[in-house]
Amino acid sequence: MSSNDLTLWQLVSAYIFILILLIIVKVKGIQREKEILISSVRMTIQLMIVGYILAYVFGNANPVFTLVILALMLIFAIYNIYQRAKIPLNKELKKKIALSMTVGVIATLIYFILVTLNVKPWYNPRYVIPIAGMIIGNTMTGVSLGVNTLLEGMHTKKQMVESALMLGAKPNEASRPIINQAFDSAMLPTINSMVGMGIVFLPGMMTGQIIGGASPIQAIRYQIAVMLGIVGGASLTVLLFVQIGYKAFFNSRCQLREK
Amino acid sequence: MNESTFHIHQLHYKNILSIDDLSIPSGMITCIIGESGSGKTTLLKMLNHMISPESGDIEIEGRSVFEWNPVELRREVVMMAQTPVMFGGTVKDNLLIGLRFSEKPAVTDARLKKVLKDVHLDKALDEESDALSGGEKQRVSLARILLLDPPVLLLDEPSSALDEETTQFIMKKLAEFVKNNKKTLVMITHSTAVVRAFADHIIEINKGQVVRESEHIEQQ
Repeated sequence: MSSNDLTLWQLVSAYIFILILLIIVKVKGIQREKEILISSVRMTIQLMIVGYILAYVFGNANPVFTLVILALMLIFAIYNIYQRAKIPLNKELKKKIALSMTVGVIATLIYFILVTLNVKPWYNPRYVIPIAGMIIGNTMTGVSLGVNTLLEGMHTKKQMVESALMLGAKPNEASRPIINQAFDSAMLPTINSMVGMGIVFLPGMMTGQIIGGASPIQAIRYQIAVMLGIVGGASLTVLLFVQIGYKAFFNSRCQLREK
Repeated sequence: MNESTFHIHQLHYKNILSIDDLSIPSGMITCIIGESGSGKTTLLKMLNHMISPESGDIEIEGRSVFEWNPVELRREVVMMAQTPVMFGGTVKDNLLIGLRFSEKPAVTDARLKKVLKDVHLDKALDEESDALSGGEKQRVSLARILLLDPPVLLLDEPSSALDEETTQFIMKKLAEFVKNNKKTLVMITHSTAVVRAFADHIIEINKGQVVRESEHIEQQ
């Protein structure tokens, strides 16, 4: 695959797009130069660091390295969900997010790595890390949407939940429409992306493999498997989250919490 | 008829409610009156444990509110909120959902139509609930509670969106329902006409305290 390796100068030439963008923004008087500069620099530095770390880890395959990186990715994803919440989260809800992310992601990864891909050795970072990255990233997006829908629903439909409680509903029954809506909004992007697969866009992983010289058929097999893994991971985690997440809004006396 | 369903002792809740001793009698209609913001709704919500007292206690059928399982309590002491809530779907869906919530078996359409008649609502069962007016929603909410047939009903201004004639009709039905089935009805109302004609017991609340308690006196 070396015939198409990017040289440093070829890479530098790609920055011309950012330069053009900066000029346009400047001429049009859209004050976004700083953001564009910062994000391009960040992207470059972050990816370079990741590249070197991965190069090291791949060269020194070791179960501890793999597990530490997995744990870091998971922690970062959980933290990111907290950050993306539109309303400050209470402790209860944070715990439930962390729990469902951890259980959902780990269960999916174990099955996917050991059964579907049959990676050997199981901790082979060349497979485990990128695949975990895709599953964790997509799950994070899903749960994040689910959290926001749940928060918003519990806020705007407070009267409905209260009325249901007054009619003798258990908290899970009283919040069922909101729970279902949260699941829906969390899963929709993943489901939609399956529908557009291969027609609207070629997913990044597959594109990468094809450019790297793999046969398109092999690349597609991988992509299908990964897509299914992503759907599995996201749905399992979101399902877990909505099943326990609503509880954070009620106290032990089945009343809606004030905050 | 001196038995009481609720017994309140030394109840305090924030700066909203402070009641030393109050009983609400069984098998009759108790009206809670008082200005807006005086704590009436808070009191009503305490009777089915939607809000817990900060100190003091409420005995319900002889058992402390803290000893009751809150969900079980709310199936015995069912409350209708001031703002009627529709849960989407048709009138029928909204009537049946109360039974589902309290895990009671569904009833026939004939029974549903009968209860709509009792609340003076001439609507088809398959009518969309979102299209109903405020007064119609209020009557669907009331019908929903009547279907549950609980021993105790708490109604927060059940006729606020209804005209005088409809209110009188429904109140007569409610009074019959209470008498014939030995139910306990506690309702908040701003209508002096309702209090005069239907209250067996009156509790007046002002600034979170009971300022007057009286038996109904026939007036005409």
